[in-house]
Amino acid sequence: MNVVKSPNVIRTSGLGSCVGVVVYDLAREVAGLAHVMLPDSSFAKSSELNIAKYADTAVEALVERVIKEGGRKNALKAKLAGGAQMFQFTTANLDIMRIGPRNVEAVKQQLRRLNIPIVAEDVGGSNGRTIEFNPETGVLSIRTVNQGVQEI
Amino acid sequence: MLYFDKLNTDHMDILKEIGNIGAGNAATALSQLLNKKIEMNVPDVRIVSFDEMMELVGGADHVVASVFLRIEGDVSGNMFFMLSLEQAKSFIQQMTGHKEFGELGISALQELGNILAGSYLSSLANFTNLELYPSVPALSVDMIGAILEYGLIELSRVGDFAIVIDTALYEADQVQDSLNGHFFLLPDPDSFAPLFRSLGVEMR
Repeated sequence: MNVVKSPNVIRTSGLGSCVGVVVYDLAREVAGLAHVMLPDSSFAKSSELNIAKYADTAVEALVERVIKEGGRKNALKAKLAGGAQMFQFTTANLDIMRIGPRNVEAVKQQLRRLNIPIVAEDVGGSNGRTIEFNPETGVLSIRTVNQGVQEI
Repeated sequence: MLYFDKLNTDHMDILKEIGNIGAGNAATALSQLLNKKIEMNVPDVRIVSFDEMMELVGGADHVVASVFLRIEGDVSGNMFFMLSLEQAKSFIQQMTGHKEFGELGISALQELGNILAGSYLSSLANFTNLELYPSVPALSVDMIGAILEYGLIELSRVGDFAIVIDTALYEADQVQDSLNGHFFLLPDPDSFAPLFRSLGVEMR
Protein backbone atom coordinates (compact mmCIF):
# COMPACT_ATOMS: atom_id res chain seq x y z
CA MET A 1 0.00 0.00 0.00
CA ASN A 2 1.38 3.36 -1.00
CA VAL A 3 0.38 6.96 -1.69
CA VAL A 4 1.90 9.30 -4.29
CA LYS A 5 1.49 12.86 -5.55
CA SER A 6 2.16 14.05 -9.11
CA PRO A 7 4.50 14.05 -10.96
CA ASN A 8 5.04 10.56 -9.51
CA VAL A 9 3.03 7.59 -10.69
CA ILE A 10 2.15 4.47 -8.75
CA ARG A 11 2.18 0.93 -10.07
CA THR A 12 1.87 -2.72 -9.15
CA SER A 13 3.01 -5.66 -11.27
CA GLY A 14 1.52 -9.04 -12.05
CA LEU A 15 -1.94 -8.83 -10.50
CA GLY A 16 -3.75 -12.15 -10.84
CA SER A 17 -6.57 -12.92 -8.44
CA CYS A 18 -5.45 -9.92 -6.39
CA VAL A 19 -7.21 -6.60 -6.88
CA GLY A 20 -5.38 -3.31 -7.35
CA VAL A 21 -7.56 -0.53 -5.96
CA VAL A 22 -6.71 3.12 -6.57
CA VAL A 23 -8.28 5.88 -4.47
CA TYR A 24 -7.53 9.42 -5.63
CA ASP A 25 -8.39 13.11 -5.48
CA LEU A 26 -7.82 14.38 -9.03
CA ALA A 27 -7.79 18.12 -8.17
CA ARG A 28 -5.22 17.61 -5.45
CA GLU A 29 -3.27 15.16 -7.64
CA VAL A 30 -2.87 12.60 -4.89
CA ALA A 31 -3.50 8.87 -5.24
CA GLY A 32 -3.09 5.71 -3.19
CA LEU A 33 -2.89 2.10 -4.35
CA ALA A 34 -3.58 -1.06 -2.37
CA HIS A 35 -2.86 -4.60 -3.53
CA VAL A 36 -5.66 -6.69 -2.03
CA MET A 37 -4.98 -10.42 -1.79
CA LEU A 38 -7.90 -11.78 0.23
CA PRO A 39 -11.49 -10.62 0.70
CA ASP A 40 -11.71 -10.55 4.47
CA SER A 41 -9.38 -10.36 7.47
CA SER A 42 -11.30 -13.27 9.01
CA PHE A 43 -9.27 -15.39 6.54
CA ALA A 44 -6.14 -14.61 8.54
CA LYS A 45 -4.78 -17.42 10.66
CA SER A 46 -1.97 -15.34 12.09
CA SER A 47 -2.04 -13.07 15.12
CA GLU A 48 -0.08 -10.43 13.26
CA LEU A 49 -2.46 -8.97 10.75
CA ASN A 50 -1.05 -7.35 7.63
CA ILE A 51 -3.92 -4.92 7.01
CA ALA A 52 -2.73 -4.13 3.48
CA LYS A 53 -3.70 -7.61 2.27
CA TYR A 54 -7.39 -7.84 3.15
CA ALA A 55 -10.17 -5.92 1.42
CA ASP A 56 -12.01 -5.04 4.63
CA THR A 57 -8.95 -3.52 6.31
CA ALA A 58 -6.94 -2.29 3.29
CA VAL A 59 -9.55 -0.04 1.65
CA GLU A 60 -10.26 1.86 4.84
CA ALA A 61 -6.56 2.26 5.68
CA LEU A 62 -5.88 3.38 2.11
CA VAL A 63 -8.58 6.07 2.27
CA GLU A 64 -7.17 7.34 5.57
CA ARG A 65 -3.69 7.61 4.10
CA VAL A 66 -4.88 9.44 0.98
CA ILE A 67 -6.73 11.94 3.18
CA LYS A 68 -3.64 12.38 5.34
CA GLU A 69 -1.66 13.26 2.20
CA GLY A 70 -4.10 15.98 1.24
CA GLY A 71 -7.00 14.15 -0.43
CA ARG A 72 -10.49 15.43 0.44
CA LYS A 73 -12.96 12.81 1.63
CA ASN A 74 -15.81 14.06 -0.58
CA ALA A 75 -13.68 14.36 -3.69
CA LEU A 76 -12.29 10.83 -3.56
CA LYS A 77 -12.91 8.47 -6.45
CA ALA A 78 -11.80 4.91 -7.09
CA LYS A 79 -10.62 2.76 -9.98
CA LEU A 80 -9.91 -0.92 -9.78
CA ALA A 81 -8.34 -3.74 -11.78
CA GLY A 82 -7.53 -7.40 -11.25
CA GLY A 83 -9.54 -10.19 -9.68
CA ALA A 84 -8.83 -12.67 -12.46
CA GLN A 85 -9.25 -16.41 -12.26
CA MET A 86 -5.86 -17.54 -13.50
CA PHE A 87 -6.53 -21.27 -13.59
CA GLN A 88 -9.76 -23.09 -14.26
CA PHE A 89 -10.52 -25.99 -11.96
CA THR A 90 -13.55 -28.15 -11.66
CA THR A 91 -12.51 -29.99 -8.52
CA ALA A 92 -12.13 -29.36 -4.79
CA ASN A 93 -11.51 -26.26 -2.77
CA LEU A 94 -13.84 -24.00 -4.72
CA ASP A 95 -13.73 -21.22 -2.17
CA ILE A 96 -10.07 -20.56 -2.68
CA MET A 97 -10.34 -21.09 -6.42
CA ARG A 98 -12.97 -18.35 -6.79
CA ILE A 99 -10.86 -15.88 -4.87
CA GLY A 100 -10.58 -13.30 -7.69
CA PRO A 101 -14.30 -12.49 -8.04
CA ARG A 102 -14.65 -12.52 -4.25
CA ASN A 103 -11.83 -10.01 -3.86
CA VAL A 104 -13.53 -7.71 -6.38
CA GLU A 105 -16.88 -7.97 -4.59
CA ALA A 106 -15.30 -7.31 -1.19
CA VAL A 107 -13.39 -4.24 -2.42
CA LYS A 108 -16.56 -2.82 -3.99
CA GLN A 109 -18.49 -3.39 -0.81
CA GLN A 110 -15.92 -1.42 1.19
CA LEU A 111 -15.92 1.44 -1.32
CA ARG A 112 -19.72 1.57 -1.14
CA ARG A 113 -19.60 1.64 2.63
CA LEU A 114 -17.18 4.58 2.52
CA ASN A 115 -19.25 6.36 -0.18
CA ILE A 116 -16.45 6.42 -2.72
CA PRO A 117 -17.71 6.14 -6.31
CA ILE A 118 -16.03 3.66 -8.65
CA VAL A 119 -15.47 5.52 -11.91
CA ALA A 120 -13.79 2.73 -13.87
CA GLU A 121 -12.84 -0.91 -13.53
CA ASP A 122 -11.24 -3.74 -15.45
CA VAL A 123 -11.84 -6.90 -13.47
CA GLY A 124 -12.28 -10.64 -13.91
CA GLY A 125 -11.16 -12.67 -16.90
CA SER A 126 -8.27 -15.09 -16.76
CA ASN A 127 -5.22 -12.94 -17.40
CA GLY A 128 -2.65 -11.16 -15.28
CA ARG A 129 -2.42 -7.36 -15.24
CA THR A 130 0.26 -4.79 -14.51
CA ILE A 131 -1.28 -1.44 -13.62
CA GLU A 132 0.00 2.11 -13.35
CA PHE A 133 -1.90 5.16 -12.15
CA ASN A 134 -1.07 8.79 -12.85
CA PRO A 135 -2.52 11.09 -10.16
CA GLU A 136 -2.17 14.12 -12.44
CA THR A 137 -4.40 12.77 -15.23
CA GLY A 138 -6.44 10.21 -13.30
CA VAL A 139 -5.63 7.61 -15.95
CA LEU A 140 -5.12 3.99 -14.98
CA SER A 141 -3.09 2.06 -17.58
CA ILE A 142 -3.49 -1.66 -17.60
CA ARG A 143 -1.06 -3.93 -19.40
CA THR A 144 -1.87 -7.56 -20.17
CA VAL A 145 0.12 -10.18 -22.05
CA ASN A 146 -2.41 -10.68 -24.86
CA GLN A 147 -4.16 -7.33 -25.18
CA GLY A 148 -1.33 -4.84 -24.77
CA VAL A 149 -1.96 -1.60 -22.90
CA GLN A 150 -5.42 -0.26 -22.19
CA GLU A 151 -6.35 2.96 -20.38
CA ILE A 152 -9.33 3.49 -18.16
CA MET B 1 4.99 -17.39 16.34
CA LEU B 2 5.36 -18.55 12.75
CA TYR B 3 5.85 -22.05 11.53
CA PHE B 4 9.17 -21.48 9.79
CA ASP B 5 10.75 -20.24 13.03
CA LYS B 6 10.64 -23.87 14.10
CA LEU B 7 12.74 -25.08 11.19
CA ASN B 8 16.38 -25.99 11.80
CA THR B 9 19.10 -27.01 9.36
CA ASP B 10 18.02 -30.68 9.49
CA HIS B 11 14.57 -29.68 8.33
CA MET B 12 16.04 -27.59 5.53
CA ASP B 13 18.19 -30.54 4.45
CA ILE B 14 15.12 -32.76 4.32
CA LEU B 15 13.32 -30.23 2.14
CA LYS B 16 16.36 -30.14 -0.16
CA GLU B 17 16.35 -33.92 -0.38
CA ILE B 18 12.66 -33.83 -1.29
CA GLY B 19 13.48 -31.42 -4.11
CA ASN B 20 16.36 -33.63 -5.16
CA ILE B 21 14.39 -36.86 -5.34
CA GLY B 22 11.30 -35.28 -6.88
CA ALA B 23 13.09 -33.31 -9.55
CA GLY B 24 15.54 -36.14 -10.20
CA ASN B 25 12.68 -38.42 -11.15
CA ALA B 26 11.06 -35.69 -13.19
CA ALA B 27 14.36 -35.13 -15.04
CA THR B 28 14.50 -38.84 -15.87
CA ALA B 29 10.93 -38.72 -17.17
CA LEU B 30 11.70 -35.66 -19.28
CA SER B 31 14.85 -37.27 -20.61
CA GLN B 32 12.90 -40.36 -21.70
CA LEU B 33 10.14 -38.28 -23.23
CA LEU B 34 12.47 -36.15 -25.34
CA ASN B 35 15.25 -38.71 -25.73
CA LYS B 36 17.74 -36.11 -24.57
CA LYS B 37 20.13 -35.63 -21.73
CA ILE B 38 18.55 -33.52 -19.01
CA GLU B 39 20.47 -32.06 -16.11
CA MET B 40 19.33 -30.52 -12.88
CA ASN B 41 20.90 -28.21 -10.36
CA VAL B 42 21.19 -28.70 -6.61
CA PRO B 43 17.81 -27.86 -5.08
CA ASP B 44 17.50 -24.54 -3.43
CA VAL B 45 15.34 -24.23 -0.33
CA ARG B 46 14.61 -20.71 0.78
CA ILE B 47 12.36 -18.82 3.08
CA VAL B 48 11.39 -15.78 1.06
CA SER B 49 8.94 -12.93 1.16
CA PHE B 50 6.36 -12.97 -1.62
CA ASP B 51 8.19 -10.15 -3.39
CA GLU B 52 11.51 -11.97 -3.19
CA MET B 53 9.87 -15.05 -4.61
CA MET B 54 8.77 -13.12 -7.71
CA GLU B 55 12.35 -11.85 -8.08
CA LEU B 56 13.71 -15.43 -7.99
CA VAL B 57 12.13 -16.04 -11.36
CA GLY B 58 12.70 -12.72 -13.06
CA GLY B 59 10.18 -10.32 -11.51
CA ALA B 60 6.39 -10.19 -11.28
CA ASP B 61 6.09 -8.80 -14.83
CA HIS B 62 8.07 -11.51 -16.55
CA VAL B 63 5.96 -13.76 -18.81
CA VAL B 64 6.29 -17.54 -18.41
CA ALA B 65 4.44 -20.74 -19.22
CA SER B 66 3.42 -22.49 -16.04
CA VAL B 67 1.67 -25.68 -15.09
CA PHE B 68 -0.06 -25.58 -11.74
CA LEU B 69 -1.29 -28.44 -9.57
CA ARG B 70 -2.97 -28.43 -6.25
CA ILE B 71 -1.92 -31.30 -3.97
CA GLU B 72 -4.32 -32.73 -1.42
CA GLY B 73 -3.99 -35.73 0.89
CA ASP B 74 -1.82 -36.33 3.98
CA VAL B 75 0.17 -33.28 2.96
CA SER B 76 -1.26 -30.42 0.95
CA GLY B 77 0.29 -27.64 -1.06
CA ASN B 78 0.81 -26.15 -4.47
CA MET B 79 3.18 -27.07 -7.21
CA PHE B 80 4.31 -25.05 -10.21
CA PHE B 81 6.40 -26.14 -13.14
CA MET B 82 7.57 -22.99 -14.89
CA LEU B 83 9.24 -22.61 -18.26
CA SER B 84 10.59 -19.61 -20.10
CA LEU B 85 8.61 -18.98 -23.31
CA GLU B 86 11.62 -20.00 -25.42
CA GLN B 87 12.02 -23.26 -23.54
CA ALA B 88 8.28 -23.96 -23.69
CA LYS B 89 8.31 -23.42 -27.46
CA SER B 90 11.34 -25.66 -27.79
CA PHE B 91 9.58 -28.45 -25.87
CA ILE B 92 6.44 -28.01 -27.96
CA GLN B 93 8.50 -28.29 -31.13
CA GLN B 94 10.28 -31.41 -29.91
CA MET B 95 6.97 -33.05 -29.02
CA THR B 96 4.72 -31.93 -31.87
CA GLY B 97 6.90 -30.50 -34.64
CA HIS B 98 5.14 -27.12 -34.37
CA LYS B 99 6.66 -24.17 -32.60
CA GLU B 100 3.52 -22.31 -31.57
CA PHE B 101 1.29 -22.05 -28.54
CA GLY B 102 -1.69 -23.34 -30.55
CA GLU B 103 -4.27 -25.73 -29.22
CA LEU B 104 -1.95 -28.66 -29.87
CA GLY B 105 1.02 -26.91 -28.29
CA ILE B 106 -0.90 -25.97 -25.15
CA SER B 107 -2.21 -29.50 -24.85
CA ALA B 108 1.29 -30.97 -25.28
CA LEU B 109 2.70 -28.61 -22.67
CA GLN B 110 -0.06 -29.49 -20.25
CA GLU B 111 0.69 -33.16 -20.73
CA LEU B 112 4.40 -32.52 -20.25
CA GLY B 113 3.61 -30.76 -16.98
CA ASN B 114 1.36 -33.61 -15.99
CA ILE B 115 4.07 -36.21 -16.56
CA LEU B 116 6.80 -34.24 -14.82
CA ALA B 117 4.75 -33.16 -11.83
CA GLY B 118 3.34 -36.67 -11.59
CA SER B 119 6.81 -38.23 -11.45
CA TYR B 120 7.95 -35.62 -8.91
CA LEU B 121 4.98 -36.30 -6.66
CA SER B 122 4.91 -40.08 -6.99
CA SER B 123 8.57 -40.26 -5.99
CA LEU B 124 7.80 -37.99 -3.04
CA ALA B 125 4.87 -40.21 -2.07
CA ASN B 126 7.03 -43.35 -2.29
CA PHE B 127 9.82 -41.80 -0.30
CA THR B 128 7.57 -40.57 2.51
CA ASN B 129 4.77 -43.18 2.41
CA LEU B 130 2.31 -40.31 2.33
CA GLU B 131 -0.89 -40.32 0.30
CA LEU B 132 -0.77 -37.42 -2.15
CA TYR B 133 -3.57 -36.59 -4.56
CA PRO B 134 -2.62 -34.08 -7.25
CA SER B 135 -5.36 -32.18 -9.07
CA VAL B 136 -5.61 -32.16 -12.85
CA PRO B 137 -2.90 -29.73 -13.96
CA ALA B 138 -3.86 -26.34 -15.32
CA LEU B 139 -1.71 -24.33 -17.70
CA SER B 140 -1.29 -20.59 -17.94
CA VAL B 141 0.98 -18.40 -20.06
CA ASP B 142 1.08 -15.11 -18.22
CA MET B 143 2.96 -12.84 -15.82
CA ILE B 144 4.79 -14.64 -13.01
CA GLY B 145 3.21 -12.46 -10.35
CA ALA B 146 -0.29 -13.31 -11.45
CA ILE B 147 0.52 -17.03 -11.64
CA LEU B 148 2.39 -17.40 -8.36
CA GLU B 149 -0.12 -15.32 -6.45
CA TYR B 150 -2.50 -18.18 -6.90
CA GLY B 151 -0.25 -20.57 -5.03
CA LEU B 152 0.35 -18.06 -2.27
CA ILE B 153 -3.26 -17.54 -1.22
CA GLU B 154 -3.22 -20.29 1.39
CA LEU B 155 0.19 -19.20 2.71
CA SER B 156 -0.84 -15.57 2.85
CA ARG B 157 -3.40 -16.45 5.50
CA VAL B 158 -0.61 -17.13 7.99
CA GLY B 159 2.05 -14.66 6.92
CA ASP B 160 3.90 -12.95 4.13
CA PHE B 161 6.59 -15.55 3.63
CA ALA B 162 6.83 -18.82 1.73
CA ILE B 163 9.16 -21.79 1.93
CA VAL B 164 10.12 -22.55 -1.64
CA ILE B 165 11.70 -25.78 -2.78
CA ASP B 166 13.14 -24.75 -6.12
CA THR B 167 14.82 -27.11 -8.58
CA ALA B 168 15.84 -26.21 -12.11
CA LEU B 169 16.08 -28.59 -15.07
CA TYR B 170 17.88 -27.83 -18.28
CA GLU B 171 18.92 -29.57 -21.47
CA ALA B 172 22.52 -30.71 -21.21
CA ASP B 173 23.66 -29.12 -24.47
CA GLN B 174 22.18 -25.70 -23.72
CA VAL B 175 23.55 -22.78 -21.80
CA GLN B 176 22.01 -22.75 -18.38
CA ASP B 177 19.42 -20.04 -18.34
CA SER B 178 17.94 -18.69 -15.13
CA LEU B 179 14.57 -20.03 -16.14
CA ASN B 180 14.83 -23.14 -18.26
CA GLY B 181 12.46 -25.20 -16.19
CA HIS B 182 11.72 -24.61 -12.54
CA PHE B 183 9.78 -26.73 -10.11
CA PHE B 184 8.34 -24.86 -7.18
CA LEU B 185 6.85 -26.86 -4.37
CA LEU B 186 4.99 -24.76 -1.82
CA PRO B 187 3.68 -26.88 1.04
CA ASP B 188 0.77 -25.42 3.02
CA PRO B 189 1.75 -24.19 6.50
CA ASP B 190 -0.01 -27.07 8.28
CA SER B 191 1.76 -29.63 6.12
CA PHE B 192 5.32 -29.23 7.37
CA ALA B 193 4.81 -31.19 10.59
CA PRO B 194 3.28 -34.29 8.89
CA LEU B 195 5.86 -34.08 6.11
CA PHE B 196 8.78 -34.18 8.55
CA ARG B 197 7.09 -36.78 10.75
CA SER B 198 6.76 -39.11 7.75
CA LEU B 199 10.55 -39.06 7.58
CA GLY B 200 11.03 -39.54 11.31
CA VAL B 201 11.85 -35.96 12.25
CA GLU B 202 9.70 -34.02 14.66
CA MET B 203 9.00 -30.33 14.49
CA ARG B 204 8.81 -28.56 17.85
